[in-house]
Amino acid sequence: MYSEKVMDHFMNPRNVGEIENADGVGQVGNAKCGDIMKMSLKIENDIIIDAKFKTFGCGAAVATSSKATELIIGKSVEEALKISNKVVANALGGLPPVKMHCSNLAEEAIREAIEDYKRKKGEIVDNNDSTACGRRCEDIERLKNE
Amino acid sequence: MDKKCIYMDHAATTYVKPEVLEAMLPYYTEKFGNPSSIYFIGRESKKAIEAARDKVALAIGAKSREIFFTGSGTEADNWAIKGIAYANEDKGKHIITTSIEHHAVLHTCQYLESEGFEVTYLPVDENGLVSPEQVRDAIKPQTILVSIMFANNEIGTIEPIAEIGKITKEKGVYFHTDAVQAIGNVPINVEEMNIDLLSLSAHKFYGPKGIGALYIRRGVKLTSFVHGGAQERGRRASTENIAGIVGLGEAIQIAANNIDKNNKKLIELRDRTIQEVYKSIPFVKLNGHPEKRLPGNVNFSFEFIEGESLLLMLDAKGIAASSGSACTSGSLDPSHVLLAIGLPHEIAHGSLRLTFGDKNTNEDVDLLLNELPGIVKTLRDMSPLFVKEKEGIKNVQ
Repeated sequence: MYSEKVMDHFMNPRNVGEIENADGVGQVGNAKCGDIMKMSLKIENDIIIDAKFKTFGCGAAVATSSKATELIIGKSVEEALKISNKVVANALGGLPPVKMHCSNLAEEAIREAIEDYKRKKGEIVDNNDSTACGRRCEDIERLKNE
Repeated sequence: MDKKCIYMDHAATTYVKPEVLEAMLPYYTEKFGNPSSIYFIGRESKKAIEAARDKVALAIGAKSREIFFTGSGTEADNWAIKGIAYANEDKGKHIITTSIEHHAVLHTCQYLESEGFEVTYLPVDENGLVSPEQVRDAIKPQTILVSIMFANNEIGTIEPIAEIGKITKEKGVYFHTDAVQAIGNVPINVEEMNIDLLSLSAHKFYGPKGIGALYIRRGVKLTSFVHGGAQERGRRASTENIAGIVGLGEAIQIAANNIDKNNKKLIELRDRTIQEVYKSIPFVKLNGHPEKRLPGNVNFSFEFIEGESLLLMLDAKGIAASSGSACTSGSLDPSHVLLAIGLPHEIAHGSLRLTFGDKNTNEDVDLLLNELPGIVKTLRDMSPLFVKEKEGIKNVQ
């Protein structure tokens, strides 16, 4: 069901953990839906120099978390914000259709962590809750109807 | 095989026993006759079917003419419930079932609701038990059928079928039980238990897939489900799956004759697994009734982790198991059974079902017990729900 790349990232996840004194932390999803991802970032001069994750979720959720951290390390904050769920999924050689919604978690977690970073820097002041889980629920409904 | 597979998912399906397959094979090749034909090889097929029917009847305490072969357990459930509903709707349109039935029953009942029937879905207690008194209280003058599973496929809880049968008999309501998981694991006697209809499926007790049966007590009024030829005394058309029927007969005979011996072994494996897991892994809960449960069923919830991840890691170690998490079903909701026994969503997502079978050994359980704590720890270390302070806390059994 999963590609070799997905299984590799699931069995040997990269960058698991939490960064102490992180510059930005984002947690998205909820336990009710069955997946939560927490991403912490170390950022210097607007460049992400380290990223770590913790995920409660299925194989696809863990693998996309792992891949996402790989993709953003070394990127600028603005470049990292352009990494969509599709980019993460493609970098893993694709995900089964019913699992595509899991990849939103990674995209949303990156965005949340960067927003937290900007908030700490005083660049933004809003404090909206994450919509990641809701969005994924909609994805599932859409897939069912396709 | 590349690597040893430790199969612990016998509630999903079983292999076909060699002696069962051996009995089936001639009916694919030289003994291929249509049982409806008058010549020798047709008569030979007919005889084989009737011999298998006798074996099924004997295993559940029924009469041979009360056994009807179907294409699966799901078909037997559909036939029983829709057949009773359509044949008795002049008496009433109310059906009683439970919230933990297999989808073959639940979705059939939901379909009937769309056809104007009223269905009561009885709750269960935290161990998954249905209360016979609640069944009694739910019966109305319009009630035509009570359908309650013999044993639950996920959590293994065995329902008080004989007590419910007494009530339905007294109230004059038909009683159907989905016994797909119970056959071969629990002694069943349809007479003593006052069961009117019973569904079973061969591939759960070392028979082939694609063959099931419905027991219909003599005199029970239900419509036909598959229309066509005069097979199964005109009640279930289509040319018989002779090899499948022969396999079902062999398998149920072997299962019924060895029930005590098999159960003794399965209960040992089950109870050892439960005890050892409690000792070696914190934040774990056994789902299902501690005693009234299928001999080979273990169902745990591990807090802070998700079931599919657990299955993938067990699979990497060669252990095949199953889970009630949402991710294994493609929906956002975890198993309806785990929610019905009152588990919060996040704990239901972390469930693991192990169902032992006749080839499982103590060495298999050793390997499982060797791998499982490490896998759970790896996943918890990765989980944002599991915080450091919880480390080192042990279960109190």
